[in-house]
Amino acid sequence: MATARFWRDNPSRYNLKAVRCGNCGKVFFPPRAVCSVCHRKSIGKMECMSLKGEGELISFSVVHDAPSQFEIHKPYVVAIVRMDEGVMLTSQLIDVDPKEVRIGMRVRTTLRKVGEDGPAGVIYYGYKFAPVRA
Amino acid sequence: MRDVAIIGIGSTKFGELWDMSFRDLGMQAGLSAVADAKLAAEDIDALYVGNMSAGRFIEQEHVAALIADYSGLARDHVPATRIEAAGASGGLAFREGYLAVASGMHDIVVVGGAEKMTDVADVMATEIQSSAADQQWEVVFGATLASLFAMIARRHMHEFGTTREQIAQVAVKNHRHGALNPIAQYQKEIDLATVLRAPPVAEPLGVFDCAPLSDGAAAVVLCAMDRARSYTSKPVRIAASAQASDTLALHSRTQITTFNATKVAAEKAFRQADRTPEQVQLAEVHDNFTIAEILAIEDLGLFPKGQGGRATMDGETALGGKVAVNTSGGLKARGFPFGATGVAQLVELVQQLRGEAGKRQVPDASLALAQNAGGTGATVVVSLLEVA
Amino acid sequence: MDVGIVSYGAYVPRYRITPQEIGRVWGSDGEMMSKGLMIYSKSVPAPDEDVITISVEAARNMMRRVPEVDPQDIGALYVGSESHPYAVKPSGTIVAEAIGCSPNMTVADYEFACKAGTAAIQTCMGLVGAGMVRYGVAIGADTSQGAPGDPLEYSASAGGAAFLIGSKDVIAVINHTCSFTTDTPDFWRREGQDYPSHGGRFTGEPAYFKHVASAAKLVLKRAGSKPSDYAHAVFHQPNGKFPQRVAKMLGFTDKQIEVGLLTPKIGNTYSGAVPLGLSAVLDVAQPGERVFVVAYGSGAGADGFDITITDNITRLRRLAAPLVSHYIEDRQVIDYATYAKFRGKIRLKGGSA
Repeated sequence: MATARFWRDNPSRYNLKAVRCGNCGKVFFPPRAVCSVCHRKSIGKMECMSLKGEGELISFSVVHDAPSQFEIHKPYVVAIVRMDEGVMLTSQLIDVDPKEVRIGMRVRTTLRKVGEDGPAGVIYYGYKFAPVRA
Repeated sequence: MRDVAIIGIGSTKFGELWDMSFRDLGMQAGLSAVADAKLAAEDIDALYVGNMSAGRFIEQEHVAALIADYSGLARDHVPATRIEAAGASGGLAFREGYLAVASGMHDIVVVGGAEKMTDVADVMATEIQSSAADQQWEVVFGATLASLFAMIARRHMHEFGTTREQIAQVAVKNHRHGALNPIAQYQKEIDLATVLRAPPVAEPLGVFDCAPLSDGAAAVVLCAMDRARSYTSKPVRIAASAQASDTLALHSRTQITTFNATKVAAEKAFRQADRTPEQVQLAEVHDNFTIAEILAIEDLGLFPKGQGGRATMDGETALGGKVAVNTSGGLKARGFPFGATGVAQLVELVQQLRGEAGKRQVPDASLALAQNAGGTGATVVVSLLEVA
Repeated sequence: MDVGIVSYGAYVPRYRITPQEIGRVWGSDGEMMSKGLMIYSKSVPAPDEDVITISVEAARNMMRRVPEVDPQDIGALYVGSESHPYAVKPSGTIVAEAIGCSPNMTVADYEFACKAGTAAIQTCMGLVGAGMVRYGVAIGADTSQGAPGDPLEYSASAGGAAFLIGSKDVIAVINHTCSFTTDTPDFWRREGQDYPSHGGRFTGEPAYFKHVASAAKLVLKRAGSKPSDYAHAVFHQPNGKFPQRVAKMLGFTDKQIEVGLLTPKIGNTYSGAVPLGLSAVLDVAQPGERVFVVAYGSGAGADGFDITITDNITRLRRLAAPLVSHYIEDRQVIDYATYAKFRGKIRLKGGSA
């Protein structure tokens, strides 16, 4: 039962809770207690914030060999995105034809099901990326 | 710190070894290394075992004691320690053994690496492989280890103009080398078209860009240099051993086309050995995916950043090239039992430095490098070996 | 105190399947079904979408239009649906967390076939009117299923809309609401069953038409109004024909129901149907216009509303979130095999999500 392990991270999964170092301004996602630049000077100064949810695609892959949880999605696109706050995230890119995906394209996060503990278990929700359509 | 030598090596064949269990593998590699070093059981001060995931592959933890037991060391009560750092487990076990001898705590230690991967379904094995990445923030969202390396590949192509063909050439070259290695899982050459036409795993990478699922074990015997010649006429000196870490998640770095842990570990190793990358004649690098070899040869300083693909295509990393990379066939052709890999790299380098590598021998090999990585380079171990 | 709608947000999944494609698989005349139901395509949720994700998207669109509203001022949230992903465990708690309005609030899930969303609006009106909460959120959303081969399969679709109910800066005052409720088993789904069952033609006259018409007449009487007083009318729309027929029976014109009639393009979104139709009206509504709304839920009941658009609608950031028309136009048509895969109609080994 991974229920509590996922539940614990829900603020970041649902609402992109992050922290900004009060010393140097570097943003970390998910939140952490210490800045990798400022070390001790950052302790107690990591300020809570939420990412706005938009960013630029840094790289992507179309996944054909998928874990069993993702069988139904394949082939699916997974992407690394640099959010506008500077920090990078990894997730699926959805609602898109894999042939249309380009490095540099603008994407935004949306809440989707990311997994479940089997048909009788808890459903996990989290962010996925979708293209920003004009 | 005192000088340390490798005085014995041993390895199982790598591949789908249906009739061998995890304990068989560890025992066979260990005993052959001990036999190679002509040791008696009572000479062994300690055993270190690199293993990534016996808990998930065979539902067995506590595997260092198990291997000591089946190697006949139970009544000697030899200290046995398991080391885990995903794909870098073997390289890291080697480094721990090296530190134990170099420190003077032990005189002779056996370092083994073992993984039994074919007792689970392929999908399960790749899921276990992906647990080397960040489970909570990468894998949960659909990333597999292959897809993370695929994203590195695509970005490398975007930033440096590396071509799909250059990346594929890594597999072609390593299969050519593997064809000369009697323990390799694949002893068969493949051509570029085969790699390019293979079914996709995580685009742009296909089946032939990925190291296989393998069973296997390898072992080396380490000894204080001042005692080494009483066991062997060809001791191989450990000129350097360095280790570095990085963020567990690939996306937590500022860029994804350089493994800084490789760079840092390599710089430390070259400093310790007082050598330069130009002096390296051969290297075993962690090509769990083809693109990983291109990153490795760049980040180790063997080739300038962005030139790894071109150098591979031009044959500079093949046997007979500027620096022979993965003469064993690498993870791609020799096989990739996770925990065994880092140790198997050293077995290959020792064979080369002893001049016992047969058809794949690098002439006059005297300085060799091993780079062993875990996950997307969150742990990297770089070792330099030289003829003593 | 004028209680009404402060903001709204809609969401419709982008995949579509046509009746012709469904008919092709089951050997039925899809073309005839399409004409008979007046449904030309229906929305299909992606495999990672459910009532919770649709509700979150709609609620976030609702909040995007009112950045000045502090989510912590929301004291109640209700999600109405007949396809909640959990039989036990609320959908609403996840929606509440996702729009940042928890924990000092009340949440519950509603079920009343296709009118659970409007029941949620009525509850929020009561709470706001009584001064118990400053804002309430009412959501109607569904990912409804028809059994493979059942006529329902041609219409059952997915979508939803969310409404922020309050008494300050309302864009639409809800002047009156009346309900008409009886025990009429025209459509049901037993616990543990994957697909609903229905009474065939019994769902028509004694169920839909009787209840919708009765609630409509109660509202007209209470408001002292007549059909021609309204710029727009939205009726529950299990297909394209029923709302047209009930509108005609009551004296409304095709023109009045045009904007809020979405079923021909996206199918029957069940609890999302009237909320989405009303959202489409709010996308274009002008100050002073009156809107007539009747939702229907099998089982059976109808909720009627008499609504007046206020000047505030000109100040609402309507374009801060996608209009309903955006979701209707941003579509990708899929074949039956993909639809079957997305909707879990193919048995997989192991898990799926």
